[in-house]
Amino acid sequence: MQIETARPSSFGFHRFAAPPEFYRLAGRLVPWFGSLAAVLAVFGLYLGFFVAPTDFQQGEVYRIIFIHVPAAWMSMFIYAIMAFWAGVGLAFNTRMSSMWACALAPTGALMTFLALWTGALWGRPAWGTYWAWDARMTSYLILLFLYIGFMALHAAIDDPRRADRAAGVLALVGVVNLPIIYFSVQWWNSLHQGASISLTRAPTMAATMLEAMFVMMFALWMYSIAAALARARAILLERERRSGWAQAAAKE
Amino acid sequence: MIRTLLAVTRRDLLLGMRQRGDLANVLLFFVIVVVMFPLGVGPDKDMLRQIAPGIVWVAALLSAILSLGRLFALDHADGTLEQILISGQPLSVAVLGKISAHWLMTGAPITLLSLLLAQFFDLPAVPTVTLAASLLLGTPALSLIGAVGAALTLGLRGGGVLVTLLVLPLYVPILICGALAVESSASGLSPQPYLMVLGGLSLGAAALAPWAIAAALRVSLE
Amino acid sequence: MHWASWQDFWAMGGSGPFVWGAYGMAALALLAEITLVRARLRRARDTVLRTAPWPKEPQP
Repeated sequence: MQIETARPSSFGFHRFAAPPEFYRLAGRLVPWFGSLAAVLAVFGLYLGFFVAPTDFQQGEVYRIIFIHVPAAWMSMFIYAIMAFWAGVGLAFNTRMSSMWACALAPTGALMTFLALWTGALWGRPAWGTYWAWDARMTSYLILLFLYIGFMALHAAIDDPRRADRAAGVLALVGVVNLPIIYFSVQWWNSLHQGASISLTRAPTMAATMLEAMFVMMFALWMYSIAAALARARAILLERERRSGWAQAAAKE
Repeated sequence: MIRTLLAVTRRDLLLGMRQRGDLANVLLFFVIVVVMFPLGVGPDKDMLRQIAPGIVWVAALLSAILSLGRLFALDHADGTLEQILISGQPLSVAVLGKISAHWLMTGAPITLLSLLLAQFFDLPAVPTVTLAASLLLGTPALSLIGAVGAALTLGLRGGGVLVTLLVLPLYVPILICGALAVESSASGLSPQPYLMVLGGLSLGAAALAPWAIAAALRVSLE
Repeated sequence: MHWASWQDFWAMGGSGPFVWGAYGMAALALLAEITLVRARLRRARDTVLRTAPWPKEPQP
């Protein structure tokens, strides 16, 4: 029983929904997104370290912001995208959508970890403690658990289709709960500390600081796409290892 | 639909009562965890009074998760769950029935026990009542959200620990509101906003969770 | 450009270890991810080559 994947000869984007076309396209795109990320990162770091001025209150240590905020933003953005595609996979029974969600998850988890790590290293010199249970950092910690839960559930189920769909349900439940969790943690934090300090509160931003931050955000975004595309190729080969196109592609 | 709901609830209650030992274990776990904390942190009355809400609530969370193992697993093992699935009755109603029974056998007793356990922490009368009220309003949400995790991990190896990892982050808002309700009551303020949020969370979960649970069950049983 | 010297740049006004600890971990983590994904792709390719394809339908 040879299950040949359909190869529609259309000009539309739909053909990339088929595994072999996606595999090939992703393979060509990864270097472009990767190089773009590298260029943007170099430019962003230059702006951040050599153009942006010293902060009046926090001195030089605020420069961690140029990696902390982009990582934090990507961690949340990737979770939303991941939940979206997992939902699409659930609703329309499309395997590729669920596959893409699986490809995104580890990168998102990594971004969350970086947000936590850089935040802690910023907090120590700026506020005297590595961890102060402030609202945003606590929410990132819970987000990390949500990512890990998604990956753990997927890994615990042998049948790939059941795994995709179970993890999809979990991702949707998580994304619905995420705002509730965030606001409850904010509430918790503000009520326990009176004036709520944010461990990683940004200084009043000069224009150059904002520019550097946005360039770095773009750099991490391009990097995430490249990493997820590369991982998606590996996942496709793993899942479709018996199919004709995979056998041919592996020989290339 | 109401008849289905009541029938499922009644059945689960009967089955649960026949194996009272399992339920007693969960409640025993609840009590033991609560008692462990003062042994760990010391008997200073003022400190205990302060941390009591958090301790009781965390213990309630853990007990809820512990009890989830029985929610679907037993019916899944003997094929009853599949029968419910193909019975033609709306799955979300049957699910709601099972969760109602589950709550009556775990959340409700935990709420009552909290009145007793509050004495271990020398909580005054008003915060004690608030504690029970917060548990009354919050434990349904614990059962509902926990059921999502239980449905997703049906039949998986390492299911118990995995459910904990999946469900605890989702419990955070309930924990926060529950503990804050009691703390505000202890400091003389009105716990009403927190209790209302807790009630809202439970109602919201009652409205939304059955769909998620039904979807998760279908995924796990196909 | 407002660093008086490379010394000042690395010192980051006294918070050098924190700033470079943060960026260092970021670089390490991203490099680790790239390495792991490439290894995964290589392993997947090897597995495919070792796996038997679906048997072909017998032609009538």
